[in-house]
Amino acid sequence: MRKKRHSLPRDIRCGDEALARLDGQVLKMKGQLTIDQAPDFIAGFFRCFRPEHHQSLHIDLGLLENVDSAGVMALHYVQQKMREKNIRVEMSGATATVLDKIRLFSPDEGIAVAQPLKAGWLERTGDAIHRFFSNYLFGFLLLAANVFYWGITDLFRTKVRRKGEVVNQAVLIGVNAVLIIVFLSFVIGYVIALHSAGQLRIFGANIFVVDLVVFSIMSQMGPLITAILVAGRSGSAIAAEIGTMKVTAELDALKTMGLNPNRFVVVPKLYACMLTLPFLIVFANVAGITGGALAANVYLDITPHIFINRMQDIMMMKDLYTALVKSQVYAGLIVLTGSFYGFRVERGAEGVGRMTTAAVVVSITLVILADAILGVLFY
Amino acid sequence: MNTEILDEMDKEKVVEVQSLYAAFGDTVVLSDVSFTAHKGEVCVILGGSGSGKTTVLKHLLSLYPVKRGLVKVLGKDVSRLREVEQVELYLQMGVFYQSGALINSLTVAENVALPLAQHSDLPDDLIDEIVMMKLSLVNLSHAFHLYPSQLSGGMLKRAALARAIVMNPPLLFCDEPGAGLDPVSLESLDSLILNLKEKMGMSIILVTHEVSSILRVADRIVFLDNGVVAFEGPLSEAIRSEQPAVREFFSVLKNEHMRQLVS
Repeated sequence: MRKKRHSLPRDIRCGDEALARLDGQVLKMKGQLTIDQAPDFIAGFFRCFRPEHHQSLHIDLGLLENVDSAGVMALHYVQQKMREKNIRVEMSGATATVLDKIRLFSPDEGIAVAQPLKAGWLERTGDAIHRFFSNYLFGFLLLAANVFYWGITDLFRTKVRRKGEVVNQAVLIGVNAVLIIVFLSFVIGYVIALHSAGQLRIFGANIFVVDLVVFSIMSQMGPLITAILVAGRSGSAIAAEIGTMKVTAELDALKTMGLNPNRFVVVPKLYACMLTLPFLIVFANVAGITGGALAANVYLDITPHIFINRMQDIMMMKDLYTALVKSQVYAGLIVLTGSFYGFRVERGAEGVGRMTTAAVVVSITLVILADAILGVLFY
Repeated sequence: MNTEILDEMDKEKVVEVQSLYAAFGDTVVLSDVSFTAHKGEVCVILGGSGSGKTTVLKHLLSLYPVKRGLVKVLGKDVSRLREVEQVELYLQMGVFYQSGALINSLTVAENVALPLAQHSDLPDDLIDEIVMMKLSLVNLSHAFHLYPSQLSGGMLKRAALARAIVMNPPLLFCDEPGAGLDPVSLESLDSLILNLKEKMGMSIILVTHEVSSILRVADRIVFLDNGVVAFEGPLSEAIRSEQPAVREFFSVLKNEHMRQLVS
């Protein structure tokens, strides 16, 4: 017959403070059991108590002076773990104050929290594809159709437009972005000319720096840099503005005033962006070419006069038309993406932040993709 | 009792909800909600947190689609309205949101003028006059030039009320108008609501928890509990109701009322 083992009493401590003494199957609590002591109590108890040696556990609360919600939960946790191992647990001797707190903080028994079923990879993939098409692609196209419908029908109906709103948005989206776009385009034009100068000088083809700068700025860098900067500045602002309006029920208020939020909020931004982006691209082109001309003058001794003469020979009207078409496509993408993510905001301020980031990333991606497609079309 | 039922049948229904069901995912919010609100009355929708009051209100405002059940507002089934008809219905309703929901980029006067400017052919001067009149009605004419972010909580709510009534709608929805207001501001807001009912003949659907407000303004109570209507009827009957949830709520109300009487 197996001999019953008797272990010596062991103290459960939190630093120097003794929390409880475990003597066989009797756990004598003492002092305090609050949020400061609860972790040490649980760790100490499971270190000292050998469930395989006992059928029951008696918790004596007679010397326990104070307990808080974390302490009650720690006792409950011990009780629950012991029950899982078929060990009977009894508690006794609690003072009236401690008993009150145990009653107050005891969790509701019998409430089972349903664990969500974990979906398999196939289900998750299918779900993601379905979500992409139904929520994102369909939602985006629906918004685009609605906004363009109102954009076209309201074009000549000045009465339904908020007075000064298009100008206001044009200042925010366009005018306020002029300085940064001009500065960055100038730097990019300068750097393009600077890096090509060394190579061209080797072949004695200094004059071709003009072709390089003008072509790259006019057909690619000018429109693209402008669109990326506007997407970063205004795409995020649009998403944040609409998202905040949704969170503060302003969009609901517009609907219940009989105003379509797409028509009231998005269309003025679309007009403003479509109106200002071509001008911004022209400014970017001028600044970029000026930067290139400066670098050509400094490193390849091409005077501004020669630069302008050569530029007149190689510049084509097609480049301007292309830039104009690109600007309208980019404007549509930036405003629609910002608005789309703004309307999708949920769960307060955190949702606004998340959707603003998504709006910027997606609008820049879409602008670059559109640039590639238009580049092929207008090649 | 029979005469009361006959009286109710005679009154014109401004809101009629039958067997409304609503669920978000697996969570059923409204399992079977039916009630009516009549013309010229203040109908208070009551209930504990999570009882579905806001969900009912959003269905009445067509902000949530009706998936099961019937919702009629001013005699129109909201689930069958085309966009133009929906806008026409909205023009006959004023909505007062808990947060005010004023457009932050517009001043108080511009906010109040918005529905008029968009939906009427009135000259701008006249719109300005109407706006100032509505603002003075809510004691806010001095703040017409301020932006919503510059207003206090009470001023924000009064501005929102001015905007809600600027089109003189026959039906006004108020979502917890008293939330976060001190007792004095709350009382003045209640007087405004009563004035709207008595002097302008508006029918008002009010969602509120404020016991003092209920006592001051309610004609009819719709008590929601766990997604169903636990009680529907006049305030006087609600106070005597034996339904446990209603009795529990109104026991608090009686204490509050007693305290008010004592004070």
